[in-house]
Amino acid sequence: MSQNGTQELVPVNIDGQEFNLPKGMNLVEAVNTVGKEIPHYCYHPKLSVAGNCRMCLIDMGMPMRDRATGDAILDENGVQKIGWMPKPAIACNSNVSPGLHIKLESETVKDYRNGIMEFLLVNHPLDCPICDQAGECRLQEFSADYGRGYSRFIEDKNVKPKRTKLGERVTLDDERCILCSRCVRFSSEIAGEDVLGFVDRGSYSTLTCYPGKSLDHNYSLNTVDICPVGALTSTDFRFKMRVWFLKEANSICSESSVGSNTVVSSREGKIYRITPRRNDAVNDTWMTDSARELYKQVEEDTRLLSPQILQKEASLDDALSQAIEILKNDKLRMVGSSLSSVEEQFILRKIAKIKEIECYFLAHLGAEDGLLLSADRRPNTRGALLNDLISDVPTSRLDRLEEEIKLGLVDTLLVIHEDLSLTGIDAELLKDLKIVYLGTHTNSTSALASVNLPTLTVFEKKGSFVNQSFRLQKFNQAVPGPAGLFPDTLILTKLLSGISGEEFISPTVDLIWEELAASTPELNDITFHSIGTDGIALNADRFRNLQFPEVKSLKFSIEDFRATEDLVPAL
Amino acid sequence: MAGKTRAIERTPLSLSEKTYLPQIVNGLKTTFSNILKPNVTLQYPEERPVISESYRGVPTLVRDPNGREKCVSCQLCEFVCPPKAIRITPGEISDSEEDRVHVEKGPKEFEINMLRCIYCGFCQEVCPEEAIWLQEDYSVSGYSREEFLNNKDRLYELGGTMPDNHYKWDKKKEAELNGHEGHH
Repeated sequence: MSQNGTQELVPVNIDGQEFNLPKGMNLVEAVNTVGKEIPHYCYHPKLSVAGNCRMCLIDMGMPMRDRATGDAILDENGVQKIGWMPKPAIACNSNVSPGLHIKLESETVKDYRNGIMEFLLVNHPLDCPICDQAGECRLQEFSADYGRGYSRFIEDKNVKPKRTKLGERVTLDDERCILCSRCVRFSSEIAGEDVLGFVDRGSYSTLTCYPGKSLDHNYSLNTVDICPVGALTSTDFRFKMRVWFLKEANSICSESSVGSNTVVSSREGKIYRITPRRNDAVNDTWMTDSARELYKQVEEDTRLLSPQILQKEASLDDALSQAIEILKNDKLRMVGSSLSSVEEQFILRKIAKIKEIECYFLAHLGAEDGLLLSADRRPNTRGALLNDLISDVPTSRLDRLEEEIKLGLVDTLLVIHEDLSLTGIDAELLKDLKIVYLGTHTNSTSALASVNLPTLTVFEKKGSFVNQSFRLQKFNQAVPGPAGLFPDTLILTKLLSGISGEEFISPTVDLIWEELAASTPELNDITFHSIGTDGIALNADRFRNLQFPEVKSLKFSIEDFRATEDLVPAL
Repeated sequence: MAGKTRAIERTPLSLSEKTYLPQIVNGLKTTFSNILKPNVTLQYPEERPVISESYRGVPTLVRDPNGREKCVSCQLCEFVCPPKAIRITPGEISDSEEDRVHVEKGPKEFEINMLRCIYCGFCQEVCPEEAIWLQEDYSVSGYSREEFLNNKDRLYELGGTMPDNHYKWDKKKEAELNGHEGHH
């Protein structure tokens, strides 16, 4: 894996200019810190160094010393001589050491790159017009930067299989492959399933799956992300849209409490793909295949697209006033959701406080894979804890609520996103309740509800989630919501206004944060604006001893979480 | 502004100017000299002008001499089009079309809005497959907006066949059939 080096900065001479770089850091990474670039294909910061693409060849040298005495060898001007290596060396397998001299821009270095590009392009098919990687292809970029611009190769190019299905979600074009082996290393080192390898020799080398195996693990699409050329392509995204049309928005994956950082790409309000975004504290540069499918919920047939009173379409105003009438009942309870953002949960807490009632949360649990899919399949359980909506980890049955309904203490429910048939409550009991349902999709609860209020998915609004390590992360709006639909925060504020009799203006996320920061000790001094793209690690001391369902993921382990004392003092 | 106004003194007309005769004679000179020159007026629309080969008329999609669809829906024309007149829905060529499945990609739908098109020719210039051509058709008329939306069928009808200097994909197919010989 990449060497991140130490904090110590040492002088390195790049093209005759002195820079201070972190000692021991991988050279490709280190020159990045001072705004320079070493082109590379096979090197990846999160994978082992293979050194096979040769694109990062540079000239290297060290100050000369006498071997016997160790004294510096000086030239006639009294300056220490530089012993340049007679042949180029690969930067990706070199680390920063004090006094290192490198050349990135010299004529010889440009020649190395030009030569490597020519070799890489010898058997590369010229099918950029039909290649999904075009526009984000390293081969395209570097051939424009360092290539010769025309081909001297007049022989026949190699022919290799063009449309191999490596797995359910990945299609391979072997002609485009430059044999960088990133996908091979990813599968064995990160995904832990050794399925890919090369067969044949020389320019006939071909990427393929081991006999009897296929690239079907839940991280297979990461190989598509790291493929520097268009060899590995996503079967789902294949030929759907050229990447230069896509508008990108930073988002957070809502699949589980890991909260992988993502980029949601859309064109004209339609989402085409979700790709991971690097965050070394959460997901490195990976994400699960299953989470990439989540965008499909936006256009699902079961989407709730208009407000309903007694299952009949109604105007939002009518539906809201009807809902408020129902919610004024004193025998009200709420079933909140860990799908809601921190901001939405904050408004829900206000409703809970005014009505002086308890808010129930249901746990959605699944098997953990130890990487980026955690046991808690909801993105924001920690947000509900921070918001004091709940005081303990949610359970997967709402027995206490069932008890209350049986005793006749409850006859009205405000349900957010949740499907009550999963709570273990007797379906017969639910039929007699008055239910106000707020959610994005129809389910068994919305079919029972007196009032249905449609809201927006995570892709259509902005807000923040708190992940399993209590890292506060924000997501931006990627696409506009369907016509006539409003964010959850607005609907909840309208309900709050109606219930309390006090008129609250519909708040922006920034306004909510002003109140949120003032009323929650862990969030003091934070504004929505100040949450960076990497998120903010929150103080979690209040919650260290709770029985969270997660055990281990890529950057989280429950033992470490329990043992850690926060650096941020509790306020 | 008022300070810059200048009153120009008008000189009275001379005698020859008052008769208008020299001016009439001059005018008739032009008229009679043109009677003898060749006719330059075109009786449009019965007569049509000769269109040069590089004329930029209505953009069309063309097939190669073998009748193969040239467009591979790379969407570069859609990207470069300044008035955003082009709209392409890309699609995959199914395995059932044996003669062209090796091209892998082709347009499912291709639409050019002639109300938006400004005949700049960027689409033709950017096309890596030489599939879109601005041809000699310049007179576009219709009774409704829909008539100005040229869909894929209409574009091929307008475009017809153009000569091909490369046969890129045919060569590719040939290599695919012969390429596996000579190694292993």
